[in-house]
Amino acid sequence: MKSDKIFKYLLFSASFLVIIVAAGMVFTLSSGAIPAFKEFGLKFIISNQWNPTEGRESYGALPFIAGTVITSVIALLLCIPLAFSTSLFIAEYFYKKRVAMFLSTMVDLLAGIPSIVYGLWGFYVLRPFIVELGLSPQGYGIFTASLILAIMIIPYATSLSSEIISMVPNDLKEAAYAMGATRLEVIFNVILPNARSGIFASFILAFGRALGETMAVTMLIGNSNIVPTGLFQTGNTMASVIANQFGEADGLKLSSLIAIGLILFVITGLINAIGKLIIKKLA
Amino acid sequence: MKRILLLSVIIAMFAACNSGTNNSKKSDDKKSVAITAAGATFPLPFYNMIFKKYSSESGTLVTYGGIGSGGGIRSLKDRLVDFGATDAFLSESKMKDLPAEIVHIPTCLGAVVIAYNLPGYDGIKLTPDLLAGIFMGEITKWNDAKIQANNKDLIMPNKQITVVYRSDGSGTTNIFSDYMSKISTEWASEIGVGKSLNWKTGIGAKGNPGVAGTIQATEGSVGYVGSEYAFEQNIQTALLKNAAGNYIKPSIQSISASAQGELPANTCIMLTNSSAVDAYPISGFTWLILYKEQNYNNRSFAQAEATLKLLDWVVSNEAQSSASKVNYAPLPEKAVKQAKEILRSVTFNGEVILK
Repeated sequence: MKSDKIFKYLLFSASFLVIIVAAGMVFTLSSGAIPAFKEFGLKFIISNQWNPTEGRESYGALPFIAGTVITSVIALLLCIPLAFSTSLFIAEYFYKKRVAMFLSTMVDLLAGIPSIVYGLWGFYVLRPFIVELGLSPQGYGIFTASLILAIMIIPYATSLSSEIISMVPNDLKEAAYAMGATRLEVIFNVILPNARSGIFASFILAFGRALGETMAVTMLIGNSNIVPTGLFQTGNTMASVIANQFGEADGLKLSSLIAIGLILFVITGLINAIGKLIIKKLA
Repeated sequence: MKRILLLSVIIAMFAACNSGTNNSKKSDDKKSVAITAAGATFPLPFYNMIFKKYSSESGTLVTYGGIGSGGGIRSLKDRLVDFGATDAFLSESKMKDLPAEIVHIPTCLGAVVIAYNLPGYDGIKLTPDLLAGIFMGEITKWNDAKIQANNKDLIMPNKQITVVYRSDGSGTTNIFSDYMSKISTEWASEIGVGKSLNWKTGIGAKGNPGVAGTIQATEGSVGYVGSEYAFEQNIQTALLKNAAGNYIKPSIQSISASAQGELPANTCIMLTNSSAVDAYPISGFTWLILYKEQNYNNRSFAQAEATLKLLDWVVSNEAQSSASKVNYAPLPEKAVKQAKEILRSVTFNGEVILK
């Protein structure tokens, strides 16, 4: 049918467009990053110097890679227990009850809050709280940034996990109960093995989100271009340094920032690829 | 059929792609032109005040974006604005990076103050050595013996010092680091002068408002900001020892005192560490930069003329006399004279615009 053909072509062109855009982005990032890699070589990735002073410019991506990875990992570690318990609550303990619906809506609301609002809340509420607790004299740093990231990524992990958990076939659970299993045993011996690839996928999704988060992190991490050596030290992430310095960078600095963008792109892609591999193995 | 559709999709995509960033600014000669500018946050309180006045009085809308001196230079380089603003004038080599020759127009004098947050401890006195020690991370506590020895009338608290600096490219950083390089050989060799620096300690915030806000919200913090930000928000400022050995508070008189020396023809000079007796040591000009030849990128004559009229007004008595309202010092006589001369060298198609 003619309409079938036309629709097929439309779909093909739309997909083709997406591929072109993605390829274009990789191309622009790579070509923009070439001057930096030409100047510093692959040492750029492991150098921890970020000296923008005119006349002694030397750039390296290590502080930012370290900051990004550390904050994202800590955020994920903080998020896992919270997200897992919340998704169990929604999908298993109170499945389809009103309290679960309410909780699910609240969690989705968290996902809808813009990043900059998180940053503001973190700056005016979370940070003084950390100072009060005596954990850090000024409240900025890796821990505060990871904390806010954890709150931001909980919705992503929770909503997907709860979907997956609710899809575990009832017969399996009921068979286990029939054999005298306790609630806990059902969760860890029936639900978890069944849903583990989906739950893992949700955490990968959350991790990917944490890697690229910009505004909330840049307001709380302290923007110091050093490799952080303590949990309450300040640092910087790749997305945050680009946001801060892109507006007026040019020449070598601009190329270094684009190179950092490329590295972030590659890291995110790698995480997604590894995640897919593990999910395949788990399924 | 398949091939034709595929081909047309590809052609449509390429046609939709923009090949460059040079957008021609079409300004309507009949309607009043709008002027856009961007750059330094150091003189932002002054610019906001006078541009608002000019917009309402002359009918020409002037919009100014405070994105930092680095951003201002870049915006002018990308030809996105009529003029840029920077507290860090461009050196000969930096000017070569721009597509065409530019001129600097000084607009006012400001002070970079050392703001801090220690409730109950007003009027802390700092010497150049103490400043260098604090900002390089060698002095880490407010009750360090060196600070205490210089402030015998206060009992310094046992609090951690948190240095706050600019995370973006800043002319304020440039003025501050220029002063620091002059008073500390260690600073000059290890950190140097620039709009962005390799800081040894502390946290970064974006823009003068960002630094001021961070200092206000963080007890024990210290940083450098444009004077108006500290005055307006009642942030404590330190008294600095100037080259003549006197402790000076930042004020219009002490700022003006540092601009008494010789001025080069292009007005590009740093005023830090002035030897005048009453001078505030970290003072500086701030400039507006624009292209010497105004016919670029399909600019209209009306646009160029409106830009120059605005700049001529900015250095005129009317605008300059209002600088004191926001605690900025007006330009000294000779700076105004030179600014007007430079404005009258700006051309359109080779012909001088302002007579």
